[in-house]
Amino acid sequence: MFAYPTYFVLFGLVLTAVLGLLASWVDRKVTARVQYRVGPPVLQPAIDLVKLLGKETLIPAGAHKPTFLAAPLISLAGVAAVSTLLWITVLQPSRGFTGDVFVALYLLTMPSLGIILGGFASGNPVASLGASREMKLILAYELPFVIALFVPIILSGHAIRLPDIAAHQADAGAFVLHPSGFLAFLAALLCTQAKMGLVPFDVAEAETEITGGPLVDYSGSGLALYRLCKNMLFITLPLFLVVMFLGGITLSVLGIVYGALKLILVVAVLTLIRNTNPRIRIDQAMRFFWFPVTVVALAGVVLAMVGW
Amino acid sequence: MGMKLSALLKSPWVFHLSTGSCNNCDIEVLDCLTPRFDIERFGMLLAGSIKHADVLLITGSCNRQSAERLKRLYDSVPKPCLVVAIGECAMSRGMFIDSYNCPLPLDHIIPVDAYIPGCPPKPEAIIAGAVQLIEKVGAAT
Repeated sequence: MFAYPTYFVLFGLVLTAVLGLLASWVDRKVTARVQYRVGPPVLQPAIDLVKLLGKETLIPAGAHKPTFLAAPLISLAGVAAVSTLLWITVLQPSRGFTGDVFVALYLLTMPSLGIILGGFASGNPVASLGASREMKLILAYELPFVIALFVPIILSGHAIRLPDIAAHQADAGAFVLHPSGFLAFLAALLCTQAKMGLVPFDVAEAETEITGGPLVDYSGSGLALYRLCKNMLFITLPLFLVVMFLGGITLSVLGIVYGALKLILVVAVLTLIRNTNPRIRIDQAMRFFWFPVTVVALAGVVLAMVGW
Repeated sequence: MGMKLSALLKSPWVFHLSTGSCNNCDIEVLDCLTPRFDIERFGMLLAGSIKHADVLLITGSCNRQSAERLKRLYDSVPKPCLVVAIGECAMSRGMFIDSYNCPLPLDHIIPVDAYIPGCPPKPEAIIAGAVQLIEKVGAAT
């Protein structure tokens, strides 16, 4: 249908950005409603972005300039590449390639890597503190996330192409309906929460103690790119979960409606988790991911091997 | 009006800066964020870092210690930015006008765009001041 670069620009960047801004509005509106507030208008995330692009970009005196400026682009490129893979899976399954699950898995850590790079490059002590917390958080959630992703791979008969996993679910029902798939979905959902840096796992940004962590010295377009990247993750990660666990999105009218509902459901659950929990410390987060969540994910793998 | 500025007026992130206030104005500023007043309706968010701020909300009478720091902080806000003086002390130094420790009023140190009187001003007054400031800047450009 399209060439890969067209997918990258048209779907990976533009469509994901538009949907991501919308998803982050849903997040802010739901948060406001949970707190009995009115909340911002629909265009608010987009207005924020335009405003930040128009502001001055300050580079701190102690910063490593090229890294400081390139880090937001690395984050953005990572999200755009993953979402390109996911949109190809949805729109043109035949174009997926063997092993794209693993490519998506690696690319999904790029946004966090960009944040770490930017934090350290800015030369701000608070930013380095946030960046080192982000590193610890990656160490914590990557293990259960990878283990949880084994489950859909095992259940789909060892398929390592995203379209195959989605197609298997279209035939045999969503994996989340299996006991093993449900456990893995729970673990992956919690890891998603941490990947997006949402409360209770926003230790790296912790507005009230380290005032935004790695982003503390970013202003203007650098901050705009990081925010756009966060907003895009808000649709990319739910889409990844929908493709891996919730049966994907099929290209019919009903399929698209169901797909949109699934995406909104995942976004709403993430938002509700973020609104009903306090922030935990970094050591608590690591203990949480390495023990309970990893055990749940492993239980899912064992059940999947047995065939449940 | 340029797109830059119209976007800024629709999403002014505020940074709250106390230059030696008695904490009353600061509590009233925080009240604006509560569900009752909900300034996120207007796109306002409380910024944690000065580099993310568009509007400085300054309270307090600006003593010798904080005046230097205030200048330094004003220089590190990415421009364009707006400054709002909140409360009697920030406007005219209030009861500290004759104090040895408050040599200059705030608007002699940095340019101020809006003044919100009161000791402390009510959250309604702060929101009304913010809306008037947005209208003033919008009309001026």
